[in-house]
Amino acid sequence: MSENGKFDFRMLPLTRRDALRGAMFVSAGLMLGGKLPAVAAPAAGKAKSVIQIWMWGGPAHLDTFDPKPEAGSDYCGPLDKPIETNVSGIRICELLPLLAKQADKYSLIRSMTHGVYAHETASYTVQTGRNSGGRDVYPSAGAVVSLFKGYGAGYKGLIPPYIVLTEPQGRFSEAGFLESKYKPFATGGDPAQAKFAVEGVVAPGVTEQRQKERRAYLRQMDTLGRILAGDKSVKAFNDTEEQAYELILGDAGKVFDLSQEKDDVRDRYGRTTFGQSCLVARRLVERGVPYITINYRGDWDTHKQNFQTMRRRLPEMDKGMSSLIQDLSDRGLLSSTIVWWNGEFGRSPKVMWEAPWNGGRNHWGAVFSALVAGGGFKGGHVVGASDERGEEVKDRPVYPADLLASMYELLGIDTEARLPHPTGLDTRVIPLAGEGVKMAGRLKEIL
Amino acid sequence: MWKLLFSWVLLAATATAAGSPSVFETPGAPAPRNHIDELVFSHLKQLGIQPAGLSSDAVFLRRVYLDTTGTLPTAGEASEFLADASADKRAVLIDRLLERPEFADYQAMRWSDLLRVKAEFPINLWPNAAQAYYHWLRNAIRENLPYDEFARHLLTDSGSNFRQPPVNFHRAMQNRQPQAIAQAVALAFMGARADKWPKQRLADMAQFFSRVQYKATGEWKEEIVQLAPATTPLAATLPDGTAARIAPEADPREAFAAWLIEPKNPWFARAEANRVWAWLLGRGIVEEPDDIRDDNPPENPELLAYLSQELSGAKFDVRRLYRLILNSSTYQLSPVPRDSNPDAAAHFACYPLRRLDAEVLIDALNQITGTGENYSSAIPEPYTWMPDDQRAIALPDGSITSSFLELFGRPARDTGLEAERNNRISDDQRLHMLNSSHVLNKIGQGPAMQALIRANARNPRELVNQLYLTILSRYPSPEELRTVTEHSRTATAKGAAAAVDLAWALINSTEFLYRH
Repeated sequence: MSENGKFDFRMLPLTRRDALRGAMFVSAGLMLGGKLPAVAAPAAGKAKSVIQIWMWGGPAHLDTFDPKPEAGSDYCGPLDKPIETNVSGIRICELLPLLAKQADKYSLIRSMTHGVYAHETASYTVQTGRNSGGRDVYPSAGAVVSLFKGYGAGYKGLIPPYIVLTEPQGRFSEAGFLESKYKPFATGGDPAQAKFAVEGVVAPGVTEQRQKERRAYLRQMDTLGRILAGDKSVKAFNDTEEQAYELILGDAGKVFDLSQEKDDVRDRYGRTTFGQSCLVARRLVERGVPYITINYRGDWDTHKQNFQTMRRRLPEMDKGMSSLIQDLSDRGLLSSTIVWWNGEFGRSPKVMWEAPWNGGRNHWGAVFSALVAGGGFKGGHVVGASDERGEEVKDRPVYPADLLASMYELLGIDTEARLPHPTGLDTRVIPLAGEGVKMAGRLKEIL
Repeated sequence: MWKLLFSWVLLAATATAAGSPSVFETPGAPAPRNHIDELVFSHLKQLGIQPAGLSSDAVFLRRVYLDTTGTLPTAGEASEFLADASADKRAVLIDRLLERPEFADYQAMRWSDLLRVKAEFPINLWPNAAQAYYHWLRNAIRENLPYDEFARHLLTDSGSNFRQPPVNFHRAMQNRQPQAIAQAVALAFMGARADKWPKQRLADMAQFFSRVQYKATGEWKEEIVQLAPATTPLAATLPDGTAARIAPEADPREAFAAWLIEPKNPWFARAEANRVWAWLLGRGIVEEPDDIRDDNPPENPELLAYLSQELSGAKFDVRRLYRLILNSSTYQLSPVPRDSNPDAAAHFACYPLRRLDAEVLIDALNQITGTGENYSSAIPEPYTWMPDDQRAIALPDGSITSSFLELFGRPARDTGLEAERNNRISDDQRLHMLNSSHVLNKIGQGPAMQALIRANARNPRELVNQLYLTILSRYPSPEELRTVTEHSRTATAKGAAAAVDLAWALINSTEFLYRH
């Protein structure tokens, strides 16, 4: 921090190496205006990791976790036989039989609301807790967790602290005004393929032997680097090479090698991109990675032929997600891992039967559903309710900031801590009362 | 898959053992060539620091291309320059580069960073206005508009953001209060962070911008920057303490601009001279270059005074200033220090290593391999897509980007601070360069790289020469040739694959990734 209290970009030169060398980096540079140190003293929360299952496109709440068979076929369509779960009184969509056996492990929020109907702005609001359109771009939950639970806060893994499987969401899920090192590392590749080609870590077609030869060659051919071996920049450059090869050739990168898992485990998750992403997410959690987004691109934006998509996709989701929750639970990881499922909004409850939609549903921001499990969230509960047709919140609205605040609390992140802002603006993890962001309080029911 | 016809063994015959004279510098002590050198060298003498030798032709060539045009020389340009025996070839090359359109591209990119040319948040210029603004800036640089005129337009123009592009100066900030405008002006044209000033000085300066008004029109996202009418004169104080009284019918911004661009103004020419020096030498005479204040003194006051005078005394001809600096021995020093003093580089005793800018790096990779890149802006809808052959240094809008540019620290253009550009190397960047399919596909399958390998398939010596010229802008040393031969003999990769390995190794070298 410069002497006037303004944020100085170069005061945050923390690399993974600094963390590895054990130099706990709690710099005054992260203190803004002499107030709360943003990163100091990671508080102990129940939760250590988050797996965010991001339902890009916005799946219909009526066809997943908030079925409304009583509203008639113009609302529920052919999916009119919701099934009982293992918690009495909770019913979910008939296409989710495996998740129905686990309702004791998760809770449903059926009164999520923000009133935003466009993908980008809704994605932004759901993942930042902020209204879009202001002059500042706020960091997404993944970046916030990366800031407070990542390299500046004791995380020492070689795998970056904020991973996206597999394709990045783009700027609405990114670091916003935080430094670029809080951006997610998107793996690319496809874990359902024979080899999961994580961008930069696994190069398909380059054998381990050739990787080793290349590395030796690299050193030999770096004439200027050898002459300037004592130079600061060259030292930093050589350090990054060491780290990169730890991932390429060392053990750290093996977290992405699914051939280490038994076949029946892989089968249980489903041999789909989503199913295997769930498996990778579990492996990442085992290595302490604090935030993993599974960017589930499952055609959830069902303006047309909604029910065909649901029949095709929900079984895949059911398989992957139920295996993930079960596996985390069996391994004793569920108590320290939050699983968070939702899209940017729900879908219009009234089905559009007419052409060209042929049974489609539009965007719906008035009310939608979320699922949370683990990390301190109680299972077997339903928070809030939508009205009889799933059109409005009937009971106990939950705004995106409420869900995020609850999650941060479980992670031990002070929701009033300041975010380091490039021009020193007083911004907090969760908006303050005066910021004009709607909130209705933490999810006390399930904390 | 075609087979490489040559035998790498042929290469072994031509690679003879020899001592390796440095490929980076010329022997002997550097001679002063102009007044800059006299000031720098005498300062170094006082400090007891020995300057580095003069850079080799190859190092100079690559450096001056990158620093002025943000573009690598082609293999042809490199070999031609290296073969040229004329004594003034460096000066001739400098003159030629300053006329290249890429010079305007690259300098416009730097200015667009500082002036926050960006369509979306948090600046919110809107795409049409960002484009108009960018093209005005680029054109001003292309035409070498005198710097005082450049500043005057930005500070005093009024009109539509679409039709009078310089008015976007007043729009490209996160906060449009008079005080925020004054801060933006101080940062851009006085090299000063006004938030460190005494509060009164900033408040006084803000007075000159207190009548700026923004008005919407019937056209979607058009905005008129204009002056609010006044009935009483404005009493204001300039940053040097001079009082000004501005008649109601006059534009207070013009009074401020007239004071600012005066050749004698202590901030204006100085800030620009220091900025150009910092862009070329990697470090300001006042460092950081946008933090000029009394308690942050210049490293060499005489040098800064001299450069400022050269700028203001020659009608603010910025290109002339470039020429002056580029032709100095100081600029042309080798990157290899001859003095163990750790502060040698800070005193300009050698040229410092600097990682290539994100945009320059991806353009260089594309040039070498004959590949393109996707740049897009996801908001507002409809998305903006750029053609494949778009050069990153010539992107007109900070909102149009790619994941590569983000990874390599392109500035967000939120604040206008030089430090927003992040050229620190990171593990993720190395992973990407060493092993991502993005880069490996370019090197292994890029049409220009394929053509280069195929064209020289029968002549391994020439193949290696061409790879070196294309990637490092120089010929290989005998020692390097031996290493290449050895690798081709022992490594798994044979034939064309061995050539790809070589290209890959050179692209991942310090020499390629750093200006030097």
